[in-house]
Amino acid sequence: MIQRNNPLRALVALVYMANSIIFNPVSAPDYLPQKQLKELQLTRLQQIVNRAYSNVPHFRAKMEAIGVTPNDIQKLEDTAKLPFSMKSDLRDTYPFGLFASPMNDVVRLHASSGTTGKPIVVGYTREDIEVWKNSLVRGMTSIGMTSQDIVQVSYGYGLFTGGLGAHYGAEALGATVVPASGGNTHRQVMLLKDFGITTICCTPSYFIHLIDQAQAMGIDMKTLALKFGIFGAEPWTNEMRAYIENNTNIKAYDIYGLSEIVGPGVAMECIYQAGPHIFEDYFYPEIIDPETGEVLPEGKQGELVLTTLCKQAMPMIRYRTRDLTSITSEPCKCGRTLRRIKRISTRSDDMFIIRGVNVFPTQIETALLAIEGTLPHYQVILRRENNLDTIEVQVEVNAKMVSDTVRDMTALEKRITRNIQQIIGIRVTVKLVQPNTLQRSEGKIKRVTDLRNMNQN
Amino acid sequence: MDMKLKQLSLIIPNEPGALAHTCEVLKKHKINITTLTLADTRDFGILRLITENWEETKKAMESEGLVVKVTDVIAISIPDQVGGLLSILTILNKAHINVEYMYGFSIQDGANSVQVFRLNDIERGVQALTEAHIGIVGTAKLFKKK
Repeated sequence: MIQRNNPLRALVALVYMANSIIFNPVSAPDYLPQKQLKELQLTRLQQIVNRAYSNVPHFRAKMEAIGVTPNDIQKLEDTAKLPFSMKSDLRDTYPFGLFASPMNDVVRLHASSGTTGKPIVVGYTREDIEVWKNSLVRGMTSIGMTSQDIVQVSYGYGLFTGGLGAHYGAEALGATVVPASGGNTHRQVMLLKDFGITTICCTPSYFIHLIDQAQAMGIDMKTLALKFGIFGAEPWTNEMRAYIENNTNIKAYDIYGLSEIVGPGVAMECIYQAGPHIFEDYFYPEIIDPETGEVLPEGKQGELVLTTLCKQAMPMIRYRTRDLTSITSEPCKCGRTLRRIKRISTRSDDMFIIRGVNVFPTQIETALLAIEGTLPHYQVILRRENNLDTIEVQVEVNAKMVSDTVRDMTALEKRITRNIQQIIGIRVTVKLVQPNTLQRSEGKIKRVTDLRNMNQN
Repeated sequence: MDMKLKQLSLIIPNEPGALAHTCEVLKKHKINITTLTLADTRDFGILRLITENWEETKKAMESEGLVVKVTDVIAISIPDQVGGLLSILTILNKAHINVEYMYGFSIQDGANSVQVFRLNDIERGVQALTEAHIGIVGTAKLFKKK
């Protein structure tokens, strides 16, 4: 039993309040001096390129095609000589063509949901799982989590890496894990309250949905024990972070990752929320110009490219993430030497061009959140009518938006329309739809349906 | 005794089968509709309905993924004769109360017809009508009749 008036507990609370965290030795690699870190990266890079070259014919063929051998990697900057990997490499070699380990050594397979064509498959050896767990433990430690925390994992469990990834990480930290998985919002809120959950891992948009659900159930999130939110698997905005933090007592931390590299835990924000620190001893980052493929200097925005430095089962060399960000080595207040990326609020994959204007789904989220203080489920449909591109935003009417008068509903429709138009600068049609009618998914949500090419044929 | 009735509203798409789907949900949960009205716009309709146990109905609908808004309305017993409705409206006008919308019950109260009123200010509406001795049909009376 925990005694409320335990002086030690009060002291621990004071330490937390001062934002200084008791040091956990697992974090040691986070503070490696830059010189040492670079030496470690180079050694590991040479090893992993060798491993892929010797064991993955697809990679070897790509190297041979441009006349590069593992011996050409003499310094970190030589990474630029290596060929890029892309999602298409995974599709072309489906299912196991990029594996560098015999199946006997592979202890886990995950796969993407595969919205288009074949899914992509990723594999892990026992060591790979350890690396994954270690980066998550370091990330969780960096926000002040300890073995005392009770963690609700509300990412989907299954082929998607989110659920099991966060689960293994929190368990390795020694925390108590509640594998809630996605869905059943009512029960999620009940667990948060009844189990005294201190940490939740889910997508930021799902958490906003949970806030709404709690309100509908008459539960004030501010009265809960919840203090850490680890949010990822989709791009999000400052407005969403502010909304979450204003309606709860949690601090919202960004976790970054993708299945092709390892899953969640490639990078994570520390207690200062100044952009995710990349676990560089495992994942080597570069920023490139997405058009030319050229490596960009620090601070410049471009596409994030990652090389797994330790991955045994499926080494990924210069994987193009399609995520747009920039890297900084400016010292963080936490003292970590790991470089940081800017929080990803745009994915080049999700961007769509309509009448020559680039539009990101997060811009539509910003508009929606600004209107009703709620983030309803939505979907964007692009069509071509009479040679003119049109954009329709379908918005599910949630409990905060529904009214019994036509006047209120049409006013709401107009407000949403005006707000989106102001932000993206293009005329849109807003269509209010019945709740729970738009497509749902447990991982990355597909927000945009482009029917323009289909209409042309 | 509570004079007010609880009305449930929900958004349904303005397309074939949408109303039927909602009715199927109600049938599945063995809920009878006392009265309803439908307002329509180009893309969607607003279905407003009154049932005997609004809390049970709300719970049933929410369990089927529908989002429901609860609004207070009043049912008024109106003399079925020339100028019957006008006498009610005159009282509301004097009190500067707006009728947002109204619709009828299929049941009758003796020689009177029963109409549902959605007022912009229900508290003052009830007060004005009570002072004028207009018959408001509360929940107890409405559902005892059946």
